[in-house]
Amino acid sequence: MGVMAKARFKSPWILHFNCGSCNGCDIEVLACLTPRFDVERFGMLHMGNPKHADILLVTGPANRRNARVLKTLYEQTPNPKVVVAVGTCACSGGMFHNCPNVLGGVDKVIPVDVYVPGCAARPEAIIDGVVLALQKLAEKKVEG
Amino acid sequence: MEWFLPFTSLILVVVAPFIGGILSGIDRKLTARIQNRIGPPIIQPFYDLIKLWGKESFIASNFQVLLAFSYMAFSVVAFSLLVLAQDLLLIVFVVSLADVCLVVGSFSGRSPYSYIGGRRELLQMLSCEPILILAVVGIYMVTKSFLVSSILKLSFPLIAALPAVFLALLIILPIEARKSPFDISASHHAHQEIVRGVFTEFSGPSLALIEFGHWFKLVFFLSLLTLFWAPNLWLGAVLAFIFYFIVMIIDNIFPRLTWKFMLKVVWIVGFILTISNIVAVALLGGG
Repeated sequence: MGVMAKARFKSPWILHFNCGSCNGCDIEVLACLTPRFDVERFGMLHMGNPKHADILLVTGPANRRNARVLKTLYEQTPNPKVVVAVGTCACSGGMFHNCPNVLGGVDKVIPVDVYVPGCAARPEAIIDGVVLALQKLAEKKVEG
Repeated sequence: MEWFLPFTSLILVVVAPFIGGILSGIDRKLTARIQNRIGPPIIQPFYDLIKLWGKESFIASNFQVLLAFSYMAFSVVAFSLLVLAQDLLLIVFVVSLADVCLVVGSFSGRSPYSYIGGRRELLQMLSCEPILILAVVGIYMVTKSFLVSSILKLSFPLIAALPAVFLALLIILPIEARKSPFDISASHHAHQEIVRGVFTEFSGPSLALIEFGHWFKLVFFLSLLTLFWAPNLWLGAVLAFIFYFIVMIIDNIFPRLTWKFMLKVVWIVGFILTISNIVAVALLGGG
């Protein structure tokens, strides 16, 4: 592993976007920051700015209202980046899949690298998914 | 003494970013331990810097990149001038020039968060620059020169003549280090309040340059505190680090306050401390 790949692996900054989730997954994402799980020990930081983020963590189903916002956030995140869909809704639309305003999973709008199923996804599962995403991120090249 | 000064200066300038990076790593570890977490490794800031350097660059204009570079360059120049024992007045102006570059850079994007961060950065400068200038005036009153080398030539430590000025500099240390309760422009801990303040519009390599410059600025300010203990520079350095650790703890136990409070505290307390010290030195005839 080169220096850059190692640095990428060791320093993932996460942008968390709630795409209309029920807040169940969001609370589990926040639980990852608490002393019990403490993701900062892997160098992960919770960023409020897409321009500083490496990992886009999306919860909730993509819908017509926020598809544009989701797409903008994805475009504002500089390469290399990975997208993690957290929760059943973000993976497939979940229990909202046949609502008139719901498009389905997040992958209907942006390309998703890792799917973390669960309703709500447990913090252990989220950390596992993010670490999987990191392996993809470390190998990615900067494009354009 | 004279011939090895350039060599020691060069070594100090090369070592400074490592000290700055390790200090911010210790800061993150200490913060995590205070919150009963394990926390990232001490060398985490270096991983962050390398990663940022390898990211894609999103910029508003080429001028913005130049400004990010200037912030870094002026911070390095300020620290180099200090270790080469040059003019203190010039050093203070170079430091404020670095800050001005950051503010202008934050204005190059159209983001309102970046704008409000830039304005708050100006307020931070407004509160700490006069105190810095007055501190330099105090040093001039004692040494009869603006040169750092004249401080090193004094037979007694500067702190004996300017204790109140030193206290005033300690008050502005959290502002320079971007720590709570005065971390109003970058909002380091409550990320989502004004997103990332002045840094919002910088990303990838430009952010890496700014982070690198910030480490230099931190070490610069700690060296400025160290100068007050010359000729016992080692004692001064140890004390400067201890003061920085106290700032880290204060950062963790204090909420961030408003800019009005910052301006009031820094100006009222800072001006009273520095001016009373300068008047005392003038009355007692300069050390």
